Amino acid sequence: MTKEVTTKLLIIGGGPGGYVAGIRAGQLGIPTMLVEGASLGGTCLNIGCIPSKALIHAAHEFDQARAQATGSPTGIRVQRPQIDIAQTVRWKDGIVQRLTGGVGGLLRRAGVQVLKGWAEIEDGKTVTVKPHQGEPMRVRCEHLLLATGSEPVELPSMPFGGAIWSSTDALSPDLLPRRLVVVGAGYIGLELGMAYRKLGVDVTVVEAAQRVLPSYDEELTEPVLQALQKQGVVLHLGCSVAGWDAQHGVHVRIDARAEDFALPADRVLVAVGRRPRTAGFGLESLQLDMAGRHIAIDAHGRTSMRNVWAIGDVTGEPMLAHRAMAQGECVAEQIAGRNRRFEPMAIPAVCFTDPEVVVTGKTPGEARAAGMDCIDAAFPFAANGRAMTLEAASGFVRVVARRDNHLILGWQAVGKGVAELAAAFSQSIEMGARLEDVGHTIHAHPTLGEAVQEAALRALGQALHI
Amino acid sequence: MGTYVIRVPDIGEGIAEVELVAWHVQPGDAVSEDQHLADVMTDKATVEVPSPVAGKVLTLGGGVGQVMAVGAELVRLDVEGAGNFKENEASAPAPSAPAAPVSIATEVIAQAPDAAPRAPAAAAARGSVAAPRPVAGRRKEGERPLASPAVRRRALDLGVELRFVHGSGPAGRIGHQDLDAYVAGQGQAMLTGASPYAERHGEEAVPVIGLRRKIAQKMQEAKRRIPHFSYVEEIDVTELEALRQQLNQRHGATRGKLTLLPFLARAMVCSLRDFPQINARYDDDAGVVTRHAPVHLGVATQTDGGLMVPVLRHAESLDLWAFAAGLTRVTEAARTGKAAREELSGSTITITSLGPLGGVVTTPVINHPEVAIVGVNRIIERPMLRGGQVVARQLMNLSSSFDHRVVDGMDAARFIQAMRALLETPALLFVE
Repeated sequence: MTKEVTTKLLIIGGGPGGYVAGIRAGQLGIPTMLVEGASLGGTCLNIGCIPSKALIHAAHEFDQARAQATGSPTGIRVQRPQIDIAQTVRWKDGIVQRLTGGVGGLLRRAGVQVLKGWAEIEDGKTVTVKPHQGEPMRVRCEHLLLATGSEPVELPSMPFGGAIWSSTDALSPDLLPRRLVVVGAGYIGLELGMAYRKLGVDVTVVEAAQRVLPSYDEELTEPVLQALQKQGVVLHLGCSVAGWDAQHGVHVRIDARAEDFALPADRVLVAVGRRPRTAGFGLESLQLDMAGRHIAIDAHGRTSMRNVWAIGDVTGEPMLAHRAMAQGECVAEQIAGRNRRFEPMAIPAVCFTDPEVVVTGKTPGEARAAGMDCIDAAFPFAANGRAMTLEAASGFVRVVARRDNHLILGWQAVGKGVAELAAAFSQSIEMGARLEDVGHTIHAHPTLGEAVQEAALRALGQALHI
Repeated sequence: MGTYVIRVPDIGEGIAEVELVAWHVQPGDAVSEDQHLADVMTDKATVEVPSPVAGKVLTLGGGVGQVMAVGAELVRLDVEGAGNFKENEASAPAPSAPAAPVSIATEVIAQAPDAAPRAPAAAAARGSVAAPRPVAGRRKEGERPLASPAVRRRALDLGVELRFVHGSGPAGRIGHQDLDAYVAGQGQAMLTGASPYAERHGEEAVPVIGLRRKIAQKMQEAKRRIPHFSYVEEIDVTELEALRQQLNQRHGATRGKLTLLPFLARAMVCSLRDFPQINARYDDDAGVVTRHAPVHLGVATQTDGGLMVPVLRHAESLDLWAFAAGLTRVTEAARTGKAAREELSGSTITITSLGPLGGVVTTPVINHPEVAIVGVNRIIERPMLRGGQVVARQLMNLSSSFDHRVVDGMDAARFIQAMRALLETPALLFVE
C-alpha cells in the first residue's frame, strides 16, 4: 500500500518559479508541498544564472590580471597570473550551495514541505513522488502547479556527453580545454564563450544567423561584436554544424556557399537554445492544451484544466528566472483567493557578455512594427565621466517613447556594468513614466545612471552633455 | 505700458472648448473696462466676453468660427501699467502664433503646464531632436490603461477594471486618487455588495447642457406650438417581410442587408406625391406653409449624447439599397459627431423607429417646423381571420402625428391609408 498524503497546493519543480510560489503560498497560510528531484533552486541556481555569473566574474578577474602583466594604462603591473580552475569551480560550487541551502531554509521557514524525489502525474489532483531511496508516495492536492522548467536543446548530430558540452558541463570544467568551439551565438553561447576566452582558451563561435545575438537589434550588438573581435574570438557566421569526430573536430558548413570545413576542437559547447521540459513526468495524462512546445496558460497562469497551473520556462518564452518568480507569486496569491493577473508592462532581459546588454520593453523597431509613432534617442558612454574612469566608455543607453505623450515604451543599453541599470529601466516603465519624469529626476554624479537621464533629455531635445 | 492677455474664460460645467462666433473689436481699437469684446458659443449657448481692463487691442487670438480651448489666448491688450504678461514667461504660444485651434473631432485637451518648455527659443536654437509638446488625451480604444504596479494591485484587490477608470495624470496615468474617485462614484454599488433592499440615499443634479439642452428646447417648442393629433393604423406586413427576406437572400451578400426602413421610406415617398401638404414646413410666425417637392427624410436616431435627427436628402431619388446605404452613412455620422450641417437640418418629414423596442403604439412628437412624423411600431405575429380561416400574419402599427393647424384629419388618414396599401401589396411600391 502506497503511503498517501494530502495537501492544498502541490508544486512540481523547485526552481525560481516553484520555490517562490512555495514561499508565497506558505506565507499566505496555504498548506504546500514542493517536489524536487535534484537540488533546490533549479537551473538558475545550480546550472544557470548564478554559476555562469560566478565563472564570468572569475574569468574577468583573470583576464584583467593577464592584461596587467603586459602593462596597463592604469599603471598596475603584476607577475604573470595563474588560474587553478579546479579551485574556481569549488568556489563557484560554494556559492551555489550557499544559495540552494538558503532556498531550503526559506521554504522551511514558510512552512513548505519539500519532497525529495521525482514526480509522476497521475491526474490533475494526484501525483506520485518517487524518492531516490524508499517507497513512492502518493500526494493528493487541490491545486497542482507545474514549474518543471526547461532543458538545453541537443543537436541530433552531436548528442551531449564526452567532448560535447551542454551549458551545464561548461559550468563545471575538470580542466580548461585548449580549443573550444561554441555552437550558437545567442546569449548563453556568447556569455560562456567570452568567459572561456578570458580564461585563455582558443574560442571559435559558429552561428547559423548572419550576426551575433540575433534576437537583439544590430545597433545594440555592435559593441559586443567589436569586443569579441578584440578579444580574439573567431566567428563563423552563417554556418551550420554537421557533426563532430575526435580526429578532425567539428564539421562546419558555410550555408551560403555549401562549403564544408573542419574546426579542430577539444570541447564543443552546444548552446542552441532551451526547450520546455514537458516529458518524463506524466504530463501527457493531463491532456493540457499546448501552445507549440510549451504549456498554454492564460493571464492568470491557468492551464486548460481547472486548478492546474503552470509558470516559468515550461510556459514558454521569455525563459527568464525573474518572470517565473513573478508568475509564481501571482499564482500563489490566486490560490489564496486573491484577484491577480500576470500582466507586467515589460520583462527585462540581460545578456552578461562583456559589454553587457540590457533590453526592457520595446525597441524602436518593435514599437514601429506595432504601428506606434515613437521617438528614440541614445546617449553614448563615451560622454559619461564615470564610464571613462571604469575604462568602459563604449556602448550607450537608448530610450524609446511615444511621440504624442512621451510615455516611455522601452530602454536598451549596452556597456560594462549596464545590467544594474535594468532596475531603473523596469521601474520607469512599470510606473508609466514619461521622458520628462526621468529627464527631470536628479541622477547621482558620477554614475553610469546619468546616461539614463541624458538619454531621456536627448529624446526631449534637451541633452546637456552631448 | 504693459501687455494684458485675456484668455478664453472657463464657462463651467466641464466645458473644455468654445466656438468663436463674433468679434466686436478689431486690432487697434481702444476698449474700455467691461466693453463687450467677443461672443463665444458652447453647445448653442452664446456667452459675451467683456474686457476686465481698459486698453488698446493688439492682437486677436483667432478667427470667427474657430474652436478654442478654455484658457487659450483670446485678446492681447496694450494697457497702462504693468499688465499681466511678460514675453519670456509665456506658457502659451508666442503672439505670432496665436492659441492653436483645437478641433472637436480629435478631443485633445491642452497639456498641463509642466510640459511647456521654459525657454522654447533657446531649445529650438540648439537644433537637437525636436520633440513636439505632448498632449494628454483620452485613452484610445484597446489601449492599455497606464498605472503604477501599486495602483494596479489595489485595483485588482478592489475588483476594479482599470479600463473603466479615468486617468488624470500625465499621459493619462491612473493614480490612487483616480481609483479612489472611481470607487467613491459609480463603482460603489458594485463594490459594497449591499443588499438590493437597502435604502438608498443621495441625489444627483445633472445639468441639462449641450445636446440635451437643445433636445429639450426643440421638444418644448414642438409641443408648445403644435397642436398634435395622432393616428394609428395596423399594417399587415407579411408579404413585405417575405419580399424583404427574399431580397436579402438574393442580394444580401453583394448589396447589403435591408431592414424594413427602406421599404417604409419608399412607401412614404410614393404616398407623399398625392399629399404635398404633409411634406411641408410651417413657419407659423410668418404664416406660410412651404410645400417641398423633394422629400428630405429625417430619421430619428439615438446617439450617446441623446436624440438626433440626421437627414437623408432627396429620399425620392434613392432605391432601396441606396437608401439603406445613405441611412447607414448619416446615422453613423450623427453617432460619431461627424455629421455635416446639411445632414442635420432641412428635413421635410421625419420617420422614427425603435426597431424591436417599437412597442404597440407611440405618440411621436413632430420635428418642428415640419408638419408630420411617422412612427414605426414592432412587428408581431398574430392569428388573423383571412377568408374565414385563422392564419398567422405579421402585423405592425404605424403611429403618426400631424400638425392639426395645417393638416386635416381626413388628409392624414388618407395619407396613412395610402402607405398601408403600398406596404400590404409591396409590388405596388415598384409600379409607377
